[in-house]
Amino acid sequence: MDTAIRIKNVSHRFGEEGEARNVRALLDTSFDIARGELLCLIGPSGCGKSTLLNVIGGLLAPTAGEVEVLGKKVAGPMPRDIAFVFQENALFPWNTVRENVDLGMRFQGVARAERAERAQRSLEAVGLGDFADHFPAQLSGGMRQRAALARALSLQTGILLMDEPFGALDEQTRMILGEDLSVLLAATAKTIVFVTHSLGEAVFLADRVAVFSARPGTIKQVINIDEPHPRKPEFVTSEKFTSLRNQLYAQLHDEIRKTMSAESARPATPGALS
Amino acid sequence: MSRVAVRAVQIAVPLVLVTLWYLATTRWGVSRILLPNPVEVLHALGNVLATGEFIDDLRVTLYELAVAFAISATGGVAIGYLISRSGFRIRAYEPLLSAIYSVPLILFLPLYVLWFGLGPPSKIALGASIGFFPVVLSTIAGFGHVDRMMITAARSMGASDLQLFRFVLLPAAFPVIIAGARMGFTVALLSIIGSETLASLAGLGHHIVELSEGMEMARMFAYIAFVVAIATILNVVVSKLEAWGRRRG
Repeated sequence: MDTAIRIKNVSHRFGEEGEARNVRALLDTSFDIARGELLCLIGPSGCGKSTLLNVIGGLLAPTAGEVEVLGKKVAGPMPRDIAFVFQENALFPWNTVRENVDLGMRFQGVARAERAERAQRSLEAVGLGDFADHFPAQLSGGMRQRAALARALSLQTGILLMDEPFGALDEQTRMILGEDLSVLLAATAKTIVFVTHSLGEAVFLADRVAVFSARPGTIKQVINIDEPHPRKPEFVTSEKFTSLRNQLYAQLHDEIRKTMSAESARPATPGALS
Repeated sequence: MSRVAVRAVQIAVPLVLVTLWYLATTRWGVSRILLPNPVEVLHALGNVLATGEFIDDLRVTLYELAVAFAISATGGVAIGYLISRSGFRIRAYEPLLSAIYSVPLILFLPLYVLWFGLGPPSKIALGASIGFFPVVLSTIAGFGHVDRMMITAARSMGASDLQLFRFVLLPAAFPVIIAGARMGFTVALLSIIGSETLASLAGLGHHIVELSEGMEMARMFAYIAFVVAIATILNVVVSKLEAWGRRRG
């Protein structure tokens, strides 16, 4: 297996040991992600899946362990190799969609001459060609996430990290965006790590789904989704989809129960760690 | 209909007041030393404008205002930015500055006169101190509450510190800072003209007190009207600049 991301014994704790608000978010997690695969991370709230994503992307230094991306140890953001799509509010509201895409490439260090054409191409790829000169506030939530995706695609990184990119959207918008994403990504050779709460989304998009245990989170099981990309809408109604989804549900159910009982025992748990 | 009624009231009220004023001085025997005749005031105003005698005092007041505002704007933005860069400093300094802002700083005028004399420097010191607070508080609010998500996104795409400031922090904070700057300008103007009436050698406020002490009531009223007009024009100009700055930000 050609490894793109190697996670080696990563643990993370928020706050200092002994502090009232210290939380063990990740516990000794090791995992290899192959080049070109789409891996979904799924698990109960607060299990550390977003924490792991931020560690992979160099936005957060883990308290123990390390991550290698394309053979290099991660020690901070790697804008040439890794692009992010966040849940929401990551677009700059004072810039138009086109300016947002342009600015990302400018931060990354792309020459001016190249930026305009790359911005146009990525906006068209996500179906926002006609909305390039709109401001984020003029777009729906789904279109804003398309714009954020266009910005990430324009950076032409080998790796895309997506942190519940459709988490704030309604079910139908989410479904359409998932279908479009599958088509779009089948055409690229990107390695993608995709954090989600949704079982259906995970089965529909992923090559493999990594199920997290309750906090402190670690990868409990990995389920293979052996289905070619781009996934057809019919896949959702197939026997195979249902059986994989049920298998995932069974894995997840116990962990969610554990999280819930831990939370009722300690109601002051900080909730922003999902 | 209601809009017409609103406008009618807005025109009628000043008209009625001026008519009452006129009647008070012509029919009801109110002393002209306490209240000059509006027609005389109008003549005096015409005379003041025609002779250009206001120029020297206006120049002094505008000079004091410009220097004071420049000091409070640059000082307020610079110090506010430095405070906003750490959560600790925001928690420590923001309540302190808010507390000082609520003190009537005009109380420092006697001290400033003692330190800087009766001339413009004491007015500048007062205007700058009073104008500083709205600017520094709005700068802290503007820079201190930029959405973390946007900063994280910019960092993940490789933004340098300078790029982060230029393309994320500044545009996010700008509308808040400019609103504070407008407020700072207004309070600086008020405090400078006010302090000129209390202790000074020149300026529009000073001249009004001089006329009052010389019992030249019509001219004094004319000057008051003139200062009101100047203040209104300045505030309109600053509001326009603010709106323009917001669009550009």
